[in-house]
Amino acid sequence: MPESSFEDINNIYVSSTMPPSRQYSQSTIPLLPFRHYIGNTEFCTENNTSECMLYISQELLALGFPSIFFDLNGLRELDVISALNSMYGLLQMHRRAVGMLAELEVEQLRVSSDLHCQQLTNSKLKDQLELSKKENLRLCERERQLEANTKALHHCLKNEKEEVQKLQNVIASRASQYNHNLKRKEREFGKLKERLNQLLTDKKDKKQGMDVLNYVGRSDGKRSQWKTGKTDSRHESDMYKALLNEFDKHQRELMIENAELKKVLQQIKQEMVGILSPKRQSGETQKEEKPKEFTDQQIASDEEEENSFKGTSEMSCEHAREQLSNSIRQQWRKLKDHMANLDNKGILKHESPPASLVHLGQGINEEMISKEVHQEEMERLKLEIQQCKDFIHTQQQLLQQQLSTPWDEETAAVLTDCYMLEEKERLKEEWKTFEEQKKNFEMERRTFTEAAIRLGHERKMFEEDRATWLKHQFLNMTFTDQMNLKTQNTLSEYAVQEQKHISSPKTPL
Amino acid sequence: MNFSEVFKQSNQLCKVSPDGKYLATCVQYRLVVRDVNTLQILQLYTCLDQVASMEWSSDSLFILCAMYKRGLVQVWSLEQPDWHCKIDEGSIGLVSSRWSPDGRHILNTTEFHLRVTVWSLCNKSVSYIKYPKACQKGMDFSADGRYMALAERRDCKDYISVFVCDDWHLLRHFETDTQDLAGVEWSPNGCVLAAWDSCLEYKMLLYSLDGRLLSTYSAYEWSLGIKSVAWSPSSQFLAIGSYDEKVRILNHITWKKLTEFEHHPTITNSKAVASHRCLVSDEIPPLPVQVPVVKPDPDRANPKIGISAIAFSVDNRYLATKNDCMPQSVWVWDMQRLGPTAVLEQTAPVRFFAWDPRRPRLALCTGNTKLYLWSPAGCVSVKVPVEGKRQHLAYS
Repeated sequence: MPESSFEDINNIYVSSTMPPSRQYSQSTIPLLPFRHYIGNTEFCTENNTSECMLYISQELLALGFPSIFFDLNGLRELDVISALNSMYGLLQMHRRAVGMLAELEVEQLRVSSDLHCQQLTNSKLKDQLELSKKENLRLCERERQLEANTKALHHCLKNEKEEVQKLQNVIASRASQYNHNLKRKEREFGKLKERLNQLLTDKKDKKQGMDVLNYVGRSDGKRSQWKTGKTDSRHESDMYKALLNEFDKHQRELMIENAELKKVLQQIKQEMVGILSPKRQSGETQKEEKPKEFTDQQIASDEEEENSFKGTSEMSCEHAREQLSNSIRQQWRKLKDHMANLDNKGILKHESPPASLVHLGQGINEEMISKEVHQEEMERLKLEIQQCKDFIHTQQQLLQQQLSTPWDEETAAVLTDCYMLEEKERLKEEWKTFEEQKKNFEMERRTFTEAAIRLGHERKMFEEDRATWLKHQFLNMTFTDQMNLKTQNTLSEYAVQEQKHISSPKTPL
Repeated sequence: MNFSEVFKQSNQLCKVSPDGKYLATCVQYRLVVRDVNTLQILQLYTCLDQVASMEWSSDSLFILCAMYKRGLVQVWSLEQPDWHCKIDEGSIGLVSSRWSPDGRHILNTTEFHLRVTVWSLCNKSVSYIKYPKACQKGMDFSADGRYMALAERRDCKDYISVFVCDDWHLLRHFETDTQDLAGVEWSPNGCVLAAWDSCLEYKMLLYSLDGRLLSTYSAYEWSLGIKSVAWSPSSQFLAIGSYDEKVRILNHITWKKLTEFEHHPTITNSKAVASHRCLVSDEIPPLPVQVPVVKPDPDRANPKIGISAIAFSVDNRYLATKNDCMPQSVWVWDMQRLGPTAVLEQTAPVRFFAWDPRRPRLALCTGNTKLYLWSPAGCVSVKVPVEGKRQHLAYS
């Protein structure tokens, strides 16, 4: 019975408190299945009522409700009033919870719809942003193009301005020229008008005429002729003759020139044939069979041509001329190919094994060296030249240094000194010896002068002695003649001795 | 070089006779004829008025003296001093007077270029040629003296008349395709006639002797055109000097431009320079050489720019040109190499230059007392003992 009442009450409450917005919340968080608990009778049965009651009271206590039991001397009896109150409290709670839930659901819906809106607007704004960015790029691009255009237009404008300036200058110069001419013509016109006036008013008209003593003959001596139709035609014919003569002369000159040029061409052709044929005929590699035939043919045709040419050398017909120029072109092309071949052969010789050399060896001129060897040689020579140049350069530099005056004066002095040092030393030594010799000379001179003075004194004394002795002798001459002889001898000996004595000091000198 | 003593002459009228035997000078109204070797006075004639122009006849027998103010021409004979001839143009006036190539006719151009009167000394005939054109070079005789080309203008159109000098018979008369014909010149072989337009249009027309148009040449449009023209003595080349400072050479086979010579103010070609800056020594200045340029006044008519004088040497080998922008320099070009061979720079503007009629030697004068000679071998300057300035040269 209580269950059915429970059910009824629950039904009522559930149906009355069913929020109208439930229909919207299908996709959101599943709500508590309030309905499902209705009619769920498995919790309490007839057997476990006391446990159920206990459980329920515990739960209620936990939730804060007073206990639904009141204790009657150890038996827990169900307090219906408090149980009903608790139930009522629970129902209130439930209602509140449901209300809050509904609010929360509404809130949630609102929020979700806001979010949805925001997302939509966000995506819209993103799209708009993309669009505007693209627009911006486009506009930037357009701006760049327009700038380029303006630059080009500026350039054109500048050119046009320059041209306009030039044309204006031209116009200005032409205008000044025209003005000048116009002024000249007007001046002349003015003069003409004046003259005309003068002539009209002037009565005496000065007659025009020639007054000559006698007529002279023509310069070529002939008589002048009447003007008739014959003279006219003669003049015409003379004129045409002059023109024709000129044309003939011109044509002759051109013919001579033409003949000379043809001769030159023939010579060139023959020389080319000469150059090409011996090379070709010496054995060559696989390619050369055809050209060999070709050259033989060509030579044959050339000979034919020459023969035919000798016959037609006087006539300058188109055909012969074309043939000649064509054959020369062909020969020239062959010569070019041949030169190219030679170049290649030069490379081949270096690279390929002697197998080809056997073929080539006979054909190729001994003087021809391969390209590589030639290049190496060139390189070596160049290097040598460079080295020599460097050497010369350094030598020149050194020479320059030697000859030029150095910047530092001290070093200059030192340098000059060390060159002069040797000389100085030598000079010093020489000076020394010279000084010594001088001293010696001085000494010897002094001794010599002293000796001379002494000698002078001695001579004086000797002369005095001699004088006294002679006086003495003279005074003693009366005594003995014999004594005279002796004394004369001794005197002469003494004189000789004196002489010797006088002359002796001279000898050391 | 020897110089004779100085003779007085007025108006630069001093000419040697074509046969080289006599020298005629005009002093005021007197005509003095001397022997070239001894310089003795052989004849003395007196004219009626101051002589404006004097010319020898081609056979050296007669001398023509023209007095433009009076409209008179007097002719004197060397063989017969008593012979006299006086041509009076009357009220019609006289602007120029010249001999015909046979030496027996005198062509007088009347004032305002009304007509050309041909007076004959052989008979009483007088010929009149109407409407001659007043231009740079309206009348030219062929080298052999047989034909005369005359530029005419009628009804605002240009014509050329070719006359036979024998009897002044009109051979050909044709219209030219020019705006304003400025000049005509025969080629030395007498078969081609060059006619050119005024400087406002660059146009060179080449006519055959019988009046056919052979070719037309125009280098450029709108800017000022042809200033000077010269044929080479062999008739192979026609040199055209224009206001753009270039000389263009046409060849006689195709009448197309062979080459053009540009007068560049900076010279870098080492073979080309000879300088007369120093009076005594000829310095070779270091390359590149700057040729002094004078900028012309752009507002004036006939501006001093462009090639005003061209002359070929006798052997056909050299061409001398003068650019008015560089008035102190004369350029010599080698026709075999088709390039410049020398640039002769003087200290003063060059007044005149002329080639020796026998060898490739160029003489030029600058208005001072020196005469400068150039030949491929070298340069020489000769001092001429005269007072006053030298303006004109003539080789005999």
